[in-house]
Amino acid sequence: MAYTEHSAAAHDHHDHKPHGFWNRWLTTTNHKDIGTLYLVFSGIMFFIGGSFAMLIRLELFRPGLQFLDPALFNTMTTMHALVMIFGAVMPGFVGLANWMIPMQIGAPDMALPRMNNFSFWILPFAFTLLLSTLLVPGGGPAGGWTMYPPLVLQTGSAVPLMIFAIHLMGASSILGAINVIVTIMNMRAPGMTLLRMPLFVWTWLITAYLLIAAMPVLAGAVTMLLTDHFFGTSFFNAAGGGDPVMFQHIFWFFGHPEVYIMILPAFGIISEIIPTFSGKPLFGYDAMVYATASIAFLSFIVWAHHMFTVGMPLSSELFFMLSTMLISIPTGVKVFNWATTMWRGSVSFEPPMLWALAFLFLFSIGGFSGLMLAIAPADFQYQDTYFVVAHFHYVLVTGAIFAIMGAVYYWLPKWTGHMYNMTLARWHFWLSAIFVNVLFFPQHFLGLAGMPRRVPDYATQFTDWNMVSSIGGFGFGLSQFLFPYLIWKCAHGGVKATSKVWDTPIGLEWQLPSPAPYHSWVEAPSMDTLDHGVPAHGAGLDHHH
Amino acid sequence: MSDTHAHADSTKYYLPHNSPWPILGSVALFCLMMGGASYLNEWAGGWALIPGAVLLATMFFCWFGTVIGENQHGLLNNAQVDRSFRMGMIWFIFSEVMFFAAFFGALFYARELAVPWIGGEGVKLINRLVLWKNYDPTWPTNGPAHIGGRADGTFEVIPAFSLPAVNTLILLSSGVTVTLAHHALRASDRTSLKFWLALTFLLGFTFVGLQAHEYGEAYRELGLRLSTGIYGSTFFMLTGFHGLHVTIGAIMLMVIWFRVWRGHFTPKHHFAFEAVAWYWHFVDVVWLGLFIFVYWL
Repeated sequence: MAYTEHSAAAHDHHDHKPHGFWNRWLTTTNHKDIGTLYLVFSGIMFFIGGSFAMLIRLELFRPGLQFLDPALFNTMTTMHALVMIFGAVMPGFVGLANWMIPMQIGAPDMALPRMNNFSFWILPFAFTLLLSTLLVPGGGPAGGWTMYPPLVLQTGSAVPLMIFAIHLMGASSILGAINVIVTIMNMRAPGMTLLRMPLFVWTWLITAYLLIAAMPVLAGAVTMLLTDHFFGTSFFNAAGGGDPVMFQHIFWFFGHPEVYIMILPAFGIISEIIPTFSGKPLFGYDAMVYATASIAFLSFIVWAHHMFTVGMPLSSELFFMLSTMLISIPTGVKVFNWATTMWRGSVSFEPPMLWALAFLFLFSIGGFSGLMLAIAPADFQYQDTYFVVAHFHYVLVTGAIFAIMGAVYYWLPKWTGHMYNMTLARWHFWLSAIFVNVLFFPQHFLGLAGMPRRVPDYATQFTDWNMVSSIGGFGFGLSQFLFPYLIWKCAHGGVKATSKVWDTPIGLEWQLPSPAPYHSWVEAPSMDTLDHGVPAHGAGLDHHH
Repeated sequence: MSDTHAHADSTKYYLPHNSPWPILGSVALFCLMMGGASYLNEWAGGWALIPGAVLLATMFFCWFGTVIGENQHGLLNNAQVDRSFRMGMIWFIFSEVMFFAAFFGALFYARELAVPWIGGEGVKLINRLVLWKNYDPTWPTNGPAHIGGRADGTFEVIPAFSLPAVNTLILLSSGVTVTLAHHALRASDRTSLKFWLALTFLLGFTFVGLQAHEYGEAYRELGLRLSTGIYGSTFFMLTGFHGLHVTIGAIMLMVIWFRVWRGHFTPKHHFAFEAVAWYWHFVDVVWLGLFIFVYWL
């Protein structure tokens, strides 16, 4: 039979991995192998989505049309977003969750290992569907990743392929989220009470709830697009009593929680890295948990700030403006807590800490520009300009992507058992950190000066900053090739890593040897004997013993 | 396939080894979606959906078969696995609730905001003055252009206290019968269990049959179709997805019934029964929402 059972007290731990491609990767139920699959997939999508971005920056290097016709340019902006959001960032975080959550909570694996495999293997097929749209009559979707009708319904044969691809991505995310919730709620080691969980586990738990609540709504929205296009429904057709703006409401009811789906796990990662390299436990652990939960709650009541200019009633504009501004309070709690964690700590600047510090500064820039965009009257000016592009790339590239990079540099020695090339890692960081600002900071100026987004050509007064931005883009893109090279080298040799890897790491994963054994905790660890670095209060809130 | 370490300990971890069903399921979904897209793009006929559907059904049959087999060997009967399955089912149902929420949201938005605005309410006065001068924005509506409906653009709706009320009684009764079946199972009364369970899925299929009858009437006589403006869109998408869920739920109840005949389930361990019962109550509650907001109010 195809199962193994381990007694919590069994010592007959065996570490042999299944042999052969079929057994090791296609039919696997192991959280580490599935985590690796997710991370490799995320990396491939990062480079595919990145190549679309390079084409965008190539076209925008000079005014006029040089390389891409406008339809293909719009396809590139649309596909860049879809691939980066659903293919690179989300699977990247799920890969990290798969690797780290069982190790951090003292479990042998995820709670539902077969479903875990299903969650992953849906994705390559979903992206085959999505990327195949580039080859069909009428070309790929070009109406923007937000798929607003009626524009998106003018796409050619790509419409059903894109919609079904999104259905599959949603199914994958929902199954993955269910697994994360069940694992965290049911598989924690004895003594790992909710308020002793590492922040990465906490932020992922909350993210999983967001996924389960938001992804089905996206599925509903794109299903309505499908029936409007093929079956004559009138959801988004005013002549039949529907409303195109209704799509925007339903879409952003998903879309705004989606933004936090892409940043809350990043908050968790930063909350792991900063204490380790400050030699201090996280400042304000409880406040961090409650702040994360508050942000998650608020994410469901702010969606229409993406739609200030569509002609909503004034009362809606006010409500969504004020609720959006409220988010800066729990986010501020987080940023100050990270800063305070470093206060009077013995801070050292290994590569993971460099990414975390860059995150702290650059994500905050994205947060401040977000606050500017939240002001409804000001947004009438910023809407659909490069200022918006600059804003969400600061939160998603220097926020989400930088956190994923930091996480890989933080946990890579634990995964491979080897230290990586620190010099190369520093080069990767500094090149990325410099070029990403050359790339995106000028886009603030372009947007404030009035350059619209999603255009292949522009007025000549925008030329200089576009050239600067493109140079930054090419530099950032090229710098990323250091990353797979460094990971490949680290996976295949290098200085042996100790179990703790860093000087003062905090958490259960550092109690396991490096590389971590194939099944993480065959024997549940005892929290009482561990220096978990989190105060042992809050036991009254525990649901699980 | 792999070794088994069975221990008497009740806190065993559940670590299934390699399984071919997830990858088969992914291939099946890919074939189904590719087939669906080919059909909609008119690259192929309706047959294009068949390979994916067959593969998907095979995958479900084999995957559930594997889990049932493990269960019958007593390998999953520990408290932790039981909790994992329960939590998984609860959150799956919650995701389904959110899927229906999108369509209920569309209904409420259309009724309370979109249609009155098209009719010129409040700051949208210009619509009545310029765009749609003679439009009466009352629900039910198929919009100012009278999309779909009969040849003259009119349509009728199905009164709540006719067949829909009967269907409500049927579905609510099936909620009672499934609970009676559960009590019978816990009391080891297998004869009653089989009876009440069979009655439950028969009521379910009766409901679906009556819905199909109602759809036929709506299409033929009332001018109420999927393409009948926003009313037809929300009506058929909400009741259609609900009917699909009732069908799936009734099939799941049948599977449980066959398993009862095979001697599965004990008064203490019958998670599959409970999971299906939860699912059944979920489609029941969605129907109440439909009856109130789609048919009645």
